[in-house]
Amino acid sequence: MTLPTSRLSRRHLLALGGSSLALTACGSNTGRGDSSPSGGGDGDKPALSQWYHQYGEEGTQDAVKRYAAAYPDASVTVKWDPGDYDQTTAASLLTDAGPDVFEYGNGPSIDMIKGGQVVDMTDLFGDTVEDFNASTVARMTYDGKIWAIPQVIDMQILVYRKSMLEDAGIEPPETMDDLVAAASALTTDKVKGLFLGNDGGAGLMGGAMLWSAGFDFLTDDNEFGFDDPRAGEALAVLRELWTSKVLLLGQPTDWYDAAALTSGQCAMQFTGLWTFPDIDKALGDDFGVVPWPAMDGGEKSVPVGAYGSCVSAKSSDVDAAKAFAKWLWIDQTDDQLDFATSYGFHIPSRTSLIPKADTLTSGPAADAASAATDYGHAQTPILWTPKCQTAFGDAMVKIVKNGADPMEQIAAVKKVAEPEVKRVLA
Amino acid sequence: MWFWVFVGPFALGLVVFIYVPILWSVYLSFFSAYNTVTPSRFVGLGNYADMLADPAFRSSLGTFLVFAAFIVPTTFVLSLGAALLVARTRVMQTFFRSVFFLPVACSYVVASLVWKMSLFSGVASGVANAAIGLAGHEPIPWLSLTDPPWYWLVIVSARLWLQLGFFMILFLAGIQRINPVLYEAAAIDGARGWQTLRYITLPQLTATSTAVLLLLIVNAFQAFDEFFNILSTFGTYPPYARPPLVYLYYVALGRGQDFGHGSAGAVILTAVIAVVALVQGRAMRLGRED
Repeated sequence: MTLPTSRLSRRHLLALGGSSLALTACGSNTGRGDSSPSGGGDGDKPALSQWYHQYGEEGTQDAVKRYAAAYPDASVTVKWDPGDYDQTTAASLLTDAGPDVFEYGNGPSIDMIKGGQVVDMTDLFGDTVEDFNASTVARMTYDGKIWAIPQVIDMQILVYRKSMLEDAGIEPPETMDDLVAAASALTTDKVKGLFLGNDGGAGLMGGAMLWSAGFDFLTDDNEFGFDDPRAGEALAVLRELWTSKVLLLGQPTDWYDAAALTSGQCAMQFTGLWTFPDIDKALGDDFGVVPWPAMDGGEKSVPVGAYGSCVSAKSSDVDAAKAFAKWLWIDQTDDQLDFATSYGFHIPSRTSLIPKADTLTSGPAADAASAATDYGHAQTPILWTPKCQTAFGDAMVKIVKNGADPMEQIAAVKKVAEPEVKRVLA
Repeated sequence: MWFWVFVGPFALGLVVFIYVPILWSVYLSFFSAYNTVTPSRFVGLGNYADMLADPAFRSSLGTFLVFAAFIVPTTFVLSLGAALLVARTRVMQTFFRSVFFLPVACSYVVASLVWKMSLFSGVASGVANAAIGLAGHEPIPWLSLTDPPWYWLVIVSARLWLQLGFFMILFLAGIQRINPVLYEAAAIDGARGWQTLRYITLPQLTATSTAVLLLLIVNAFQAFDEFFNILSTFGTYPPYARPPLVYLYYVALGRGQDFGHGSAGAVILTAVIAVVALVQGRAMRLGRED
C-alpha cells in the first residue's frame, strides 16, 4: 500500500501520450550507469540501476543504498523517486532509459507482463517459494510463472478499543452479524461504532465483503466472480451500516491514519498495520485486532499487499539483474528483516522470518501477522485492471451512499469487467 | 537571422513538447495502444466508439457541461464585480487589489487540502461545522454525503477563491484602459451609475470579456487539481463530480497505460471545448471591437 501521490498536475496529464516521449527526450538521469561496453561499472562488474518509490519512514533510503552497495557481483545504483513513481516507472519501461530492477505495487501490472516488459522470475525461488506469504506470491503469479519477488507485506485489519468493548459488554466480533450489532451498540452521542473511511467503506471494504460471503473478484478460471444475490446481500451490509448512522465520517485524515481511533471518536476502525506504532503510543495495550468477519458461506479475511521486485526485459544485463534481485530479496534474510522492521512497521514476506521480528512477537501485532498468513487476500487479482477497479469503485459508492440496487450495480461492473478480462487474456 | 536566434528555441520547444505530443495523441487514439506509444494494431474509430459508449465517461462530460454552465457565469460576474468595486474605491485600492489577487499565488493542492481538512472537515471543530454549530446544528460530513450534495459547495467555493483574483486583475486592466473622457462626456449628458456601466464600461470591456469567458470555459472542462485533491481517497474517486480528465486518469492514463482509449477521450474532450468556445466566440462576435 502506498499513499496516493497527489502532486499530479493538470499539465502532466495534458501531456498525455507525450509524457513518455518527453521522458525519452530528457531521460538522461536514469540512475543507470553508462552501460556501453567500453565504460561504466567498476572493473568488469555489470552496472545495474534499482528503482524505489519514496518510503515515508526515515532511514529507508540509506538502508536500501547500504544493501545495494554490499552486493559483490555488480555495481548497483539506487534511484529513489519522490515523485509519481508508478507513472514514471510504467512510462520509462517503454524506453531504454528505464530501470534494471524495480519495485512495483503487488508486482508488475498484467499489461507489463503481456507486453513483455518484465521477465519471468520463477527460477529464482527454488524451494523457498513455500516460505513466502502464499496470497502475495499468488498475486504476482500469472500463467504459472512468478513475475516478482515480494519484498515486504503490508496489511489491513480491524482494530478495536478493548476498554470500549468491555464497557459495553461486547466480545470482539467473530461474525458479520456480531460486527453490525457491535457497531450499533458502541455508538453513542460522542462515539461512533465503526470507521471504515470517509466514504463509509465504499472504497476500502468492497473486496473484504465479497470474501466474507465466499466470493472473489474473479473465479479460479478467471470468470467474473460475484454475480450472485448473496454477494449483493454482502455489499448491502455496508449500506445498512451507512443508513443506521453507526459509521464515523468526515475525518480530516482517512482510514489509513489511526487518529480517529486514538482520539476516541470511534470504537473500531479498519486500518493498516503501519498505524500500530501510533496506536501503541496513544493507547498502550488498550487495543486488539480481529480479521474482517465472515458471513454464512464465507471466510474471515485481511487484505494484504506487497511491493514486488521486478526485472525489466530491457535491462542491458537481465541475468545480472535477476541475480541481484535474488540475492537481495530471497537470500539476504538479514537485510529483509531489517527492511521490514527497522524503519516502517511491516511483515517480512518470508514466513520463517516472522518469529525473528521483534516487533511482531506479541500483542496485537503478532495477532495481525498470523492473520496475514492465515486469512490474507491480495487486495485485487492481477487480472482486475484499473478499469475494472474503477467500475467496481463506482458501483460500491452508488450502493453505499445512494442506496442503489446491489444486483444492478454488480451487473454494471460485470459489463465492464468481462470484456476487459477477455481483452487482457487474449 | 536574429529572428530565429530569439524565436527558434521557443518555437522548437513548442513543437517538440506541445505539437508533437498533441499530434501523437491523435495518432494513438486510432490504435490499440496498451503500454506502448508505438502501437501497431489500427482500430479506426473503435476507441472513440468505446469512449462514447461508456456511461461513466458520458456522465462526466454531462456533469461538466452543467458545471461549466454554472461556474463560468458565476466566476465572470463575481470577478467583474470585484474589479468594479476595486476600481471605484478611493481608499487603499492597492491593498484591496492585492488581497483579492493573493489566492492566485496559492497552489491548488494546498488550497484543496485546507478546504478538505480544515474548513470543511467533518469533525465538529472544522470551521464550517463550528459555524453551523453556533446555530445549534449537528456537524455535517461535508465530503461524505451525496444527498444533499454538499461536496459541490466545497469545490465551488475553493475554485472561486482560487480563481476570482486572476480574472479580477484582467478586468481591472481593461477598466483602467477605458478613456476617462467617455465617462466625463456621459456625465455631462446626464448618465447615471447603472447607465454608465451598461453603455460605456461593458461595451468597452468586450475584448477582455471574450478572453475571460474563453479562459473560464477551458478551465471548467480541464478541471482536475482541486477535484482530485478534495474528492479522491486513497486511489479511488467517487462516480460523482468526476471531471473527464480525472476519469481518464483512472481508467486509461494512470496505472492502466491504455493510451488508445485515453487519447480518444482526450480528443473528444478537446472537441467539446473547441465547440463550446466557438459557439461562445460567435455569440460574442469575437474581435468585433478593437
